Amino acid sequence: MQQLDQIFVTLKAWVLGQVPEPLQVPASIVLSIVPITLVFPAMFALTTVAERKLLGRIQNRLGPNRVGPFGFLQWAADGLKTITKEDIVPRNADKVVHFLAPVVLLVSALLAYSVIPFGRNMSAIEIDAGILFFFAVGAGTELAVFMAGWSSRNKYALLGAMRAIAQMISYELPLLLAALTVVMATGSLNPNDMVAAQEGGRGWGAIVPNWFVFTPWGFVGCVLFLIAAAAESNRSPFDLPEAESEIIAGYFVEYSGMKFATFFLAEYLGLFVISSMCVVLFLGGWHAPFPFFWCDWIPSWAWFISKLACIVLLYIWMRGTLPRLRIDQLMNFAWKFMLPMALINLVVVAVWKYTRPWDYFGAELVRWLLCVGLLALPYLLLGRNLLRNRKWGPRTYRYAS
Amino acid sequence: MDAPFLIAAALTLLSAIAAISLRNLVHCALCLSLTFLGLAALYLQLGAQFVGLTQIVVNVGAVAIVIVFAILLTRSADQPDASRFNKGAIWVGLICAAVFATLVVSINTSYVSMKSGAPAPPLTVEKIGHELMGRYVLPLEAVALLLTAALIGAVIIAMKEPNGKGGAQ
Repeated sequence: MQQLDQIFVTLKAWVLGQVPEPLQVPASIVLSIVPITLVFPAMFALTTVAERKLLGRIQNRLGPNRVGPFGFLQWAADGLKTITKEDIVPRNADKVVHFLAPVVLLVSALLAYSVIPFGRNMSAIEIDAGILFFFAVGAGTELAVFMAGWSSRNKYALLGAMRAIAQMISYELPLLLAALTVVMATGSLNPNDMVAAQEGGRGWGAIVPNWFVFTPWGFVGCVLFLIAAAAESNRSPFDLPEAESEIIAGYFVEYSGMKFATFFLAEYLGLFVISSMCVVLFLGGWHAPFPFFWCDWIPSWAWFISKLACIVLLYIWMRGTLPRLRIDQLMNFAWKFMLPMALINLVVVAVWKYTRPWDYFGAELVRWLLCVGLLALPYLLLGRNLLRNRKWGPRTYRYAS
Repeated sequence: MDAPFLIAAALTLLSAIAAISLRNLVHCALCLSLTFLGLAALYLQLGAQFVGLTQIVVNVGAVAIVIVFAILLTRSADQPDASRFNKGAIWVGLICAAVFATLVVSINTSYVSMKSGAPAPPLTVEKIGHELMGRYVLPLEAVALLLTAALIGAVIIAMKEPNGKGGAQ
């Protein structure tokens, strides 16, 4: 099973062995980049079909069913369509910025993949500050969205960009704070160390894996991270920036053909990479969930991809279930609920970490109760506060009256 | 002088020149964020991962966005003004040259330049935390207080509501 687990690593080493000495460094770089640029766009193609089929199922209709068996070759038809479509640039658009926006978005989404460990010994680059790199690269997304919205010279595009940036900045804080809990617990900024810290299990026969999601702070952190990630990647129910029924398609309304497809691709790549980060931070990375013998037969990268697929399915499910939020609900939720919860969660991590040396009888139970209580009480209070004091008066407009 | 350094340096310098010479203010802001990126690349080259990446998170992710929004909300981006230089350009240039010369001299004679070539220590969050909470706790708290004050001030300025009107949330 060792061979299957390390098949890509040994394959890369073998190819590098065939390459002459001076070309080894560039060859190694290319061999790390090419799989990322092949696997995840392919996953994007499959996800679009799966998403449309699933949404169809949720909405009691068939979904795409014409191209290929059960419509599963729809992605090829869609791809050909977007490639052959005319690329229209508005006459008043800022040509250079208009062209660069999808490129910047795609590049920043792809760069984020480089620090994710997809399996044992399988991360493209290993730097100490991997988490920081991940969020630093994400900063390019906001700029790209602004570039797209501004350069189109279209009020809907600009409105969409404004919404997108306001939303991204608001939800970046809980996202970062939720990730920070794991940094506090492991004392490292390196994703590989975080995965290593979640090895093994506890309980009878080590049946409960040591994933951070199975601790009080980890569970809350994971949920906060998933919600904030949905908002960061403009997924429903946080898809206000591109709300088709209100502002047509938001910041990429003036993009057509391949450039539109690039936006679409970049958005899904962003979703995959942020879900991968969630897997690394809270769901044990590439570790198998159970200590059973057959779990070792399945290679580590397969575990990673299946966890990633589960999260993506969760997002599709959410999209089919929840209606879109209003902008005030969105902001209230971010600043009055997510942010306080994330801050309290940081305190709970510290409590969890410093109560570890307790070893009297029942210490574990006391520790759990303490941490759960510290989280449940603010949750109830904040939730009640968020739902109370709703005065629905006539709407007044401050700037547009 | 290796290739990555030359690329990063050229990127920083060219985008900085573009940021001060372009006509369109939004273009200037975008070039400025490119300058930040180049600076971050230079930091990364020196082995300062934390500083370099924080530079990107803060300056590209937040400061550039704030600049761009300030431009958008206050005036139109197109500036039809004739001259790019104002009257004090010569004096400003002289002052800048003097500051630059002082910096060059003081860096070259400081002890930091003597002990070059030392490998960068491994980045540990624990060490950063200890330094921030131990040796540099006073500056950190001062900056935090200043930022909080600025934040509250901004909210108070922005919150000026006309009296007697109950709005929706």
